[in-house]
Amino acid sequence: MTGPRAFSWISKLRHFLQVLAFTLAVATLQYAFMPDRPYGPPVVYSILIGVLTWVVIDLGRELVPSAADTGWPQGWQGPALAATGIAVGYVAGTWLADKLCVHYFHFYPAGGTTSAGDQRSSLLITLIAGLVGTYYFYAINKSAYLERKMAEARTHANEARLKLLETQLEPHMLFNTLANLRVLIGTDPTRAQDMLDRMIAYLRATLSASRSIQHPLEREFDRLQDYLELMAVRMGPRLSYTLDLPEALREVPVPPLLLQPLVENAIRHGLEPKVEGGHILVRAQVLEGSPLGTPGPLQIEVADTGVGLGLPPGLPAAGPGQSFGLAQVRERLATLYGDEGNIKLIANYSGGTSTLVTFPLKSGDLQ
Amino acid sequence: MSETAARALIAEDEPLLAAQLQQELARTWPGLSVVATVGDGLSAVRQALALLPDVLFFDIRMPGMSGLDAAVELADAWPAGRAFPALVFVTAYDQYAVQAFDAQAVDYLLKPIQTPRLQKTVQKLQKVLVGRSYSAINIEATVNQLRHLLEAQARPSALAQVPAAPAGTPPLTLIQASNGSHIHMVPVADVLYFEAADKYVRVLTAEREYLIRTPLKELMAQLDPAVFWQVHRSLLVRAGSITTVTRDEAGKLHLELAGRPEKLAVSRLYAHLFKAM
Repeated sequence: MTGPRAFSWISKLRHFLQVLAFTLAVATLQYAFMPDRPYGPPVVYSILIGVLTWVVIDLGRELVPSAADTGWPQGWQGPALAATGIAVGYVAGTWLADKLCVHYFHFYPAGGTTSAGDQRSSLLITLIAGLVGTYYFYAINKSAYLERKMAEARTHANEARLKLLETQLEPHMLFNTLANLRVLIGTDPTRAQDMLDRMIAYLRATLSASRSIQHPLEREFDRLQDYLELMAVRMGPRLSYTLDLPEALREVPVPPLLLQPLVENAIRHGLEPKVEGGHILVRAQVLEGSPLGTPGPLQIEVADTGVGLGLPPGLPAAGPGQSFGLAQVRERLATLYGDEGNIKLIANYSGGTSTLVTFPLKSGDLQ
Repeated sequence: MSETAARALIAEDEPLLAAQLQQELARTWPGLSVVATVGDGLSAVRQALALLPDVLFFDIRMPGMSGLDAAVELADAWPAGRAFPALVFVTAYDQYAVQAFDAQAVDYLLKPIQTPRLQKTVQKLQKVLVGRSYSAINIEATVNQLRHLLEAQARPSALAQVPAAPAGTPPLTLIQASNGSHIHMVPVADVLYFEAADKYVRVLTAEREYLIRTPLKELMAQLDPAVFWQVHRSLLVRAGSITTVTRDEAGKLHLELAGRPEKLAVSRLYAHLFKAM
């Protein structure tokens, strides 16, 4: 999400003016401590050293690849850039200022009058002012970066919520279901009522899914059945399904509507494009556990006999799934179970697609 | 039109909705006889060609082939000298902005279909059928609208997730076609056209033919659209190798290529690419 920052001349100009003001302040301070010396030389030295240091650091960081994202070089490169800047600023700035003071401003005669003591204090001032200035720019850059990050995260979250709602209340599904309902009201009121009840349960689950954190696997399977029943009315003989939930797994807590997008994908990308339709199997099982008696991970399989992935069978799909539904399930698994939760998409030997969701069980989950 | 009753074909994959449309039509248009009801796009094309109905009700989302693609296919295969049927698209959700084409050759109905709206469509259809000219004009108007609809469909909305080809993919220069135990390296510069055939894509050069598995759509994304023109749902032709374009008596275009003996049929959908300067 984080694109490289855009180079902004305005912000560079602002930095330049800030540096000018800072160097003038340093020179003034120097003059205040030694009012018997002329004001001119410290101003020339201060401005030249300060500006050169700034040029090296502020423009130099645009060239460091690791600064592309945050605006500041990563790791040792940051301090190294600051040290280079200050060193270059001091050496080149002093040299240039020497020349200017002698040949242009005629502050002192040729040959130089700078004592070793002057050089020491000049070096000290450069070092302190350079570090203070660099830290100042580093700090404002960092806070700007964090602010940008936060704004991005907010936009991202809003987009994800909007997309989630759009997939859950997919208009095609909604209006086609309503159209079927409208027909059934006239021809078969009992069936219409049943369909309406399932639709109510489906909508209620969809709209409140984000609010409750976990519900029993049995409830999850009930919601899948609601959805599949709605689709069975619509697709008629083109859809058949099996839900296989072992008794012992009924109470296992799962995030609500975790499996919903997978079943929807199986219908939308598997069976709907296939003229003769097909079968959907949703099965939960406990995989082999460790010898210590802790239960193995829970695996839920959503398999369809649809058009398939267009891949050789038996191979998992390469790369991340492109569908938003799959990405969303993967994200939820990662948030809840970290590395222990995973999702795999596999092309079946018989044609069609299987999605395998695996996540760990706690010992109290089984009955 | 007056002596024989109007005949209609319904293509709708949801059985209840197909039955309902038929019932509603029986009530609002007693003179109309529904000659066939089919559940997918391919059967719709086949049945329409066999029965030559006057009105088509096509669901847009159907298994196998979408209603839009089926209509294009039908327009290409429609016999010369017969008026093209009036087309009504039925859709649950109007993502194609079909209403922008209100009162044109193509009409639309939104599901759930409501009786007053269906009556309006029926009146419009009856008027169209009476004044219909048996020329190629109506087929061209229909195809023009289909082209706009398909273009609208290709333009993804801001929210739709389209796995776009990563920008900056280098254009394809070599086709790697496997043949038993070896792989032929075919320079794209030698390819005269690509033709989608069932599960394969045929790659034709002046001398030979190769088969590859990459779908035409994916190939298209990797080829320069100025060099390879799509002239049919299943045909991608090197524009520079086209020598002549001929129009037959039905108004359909055929291409001849330098280096290939066969003639290639241009879909009516892409006929607008070939205009004399």
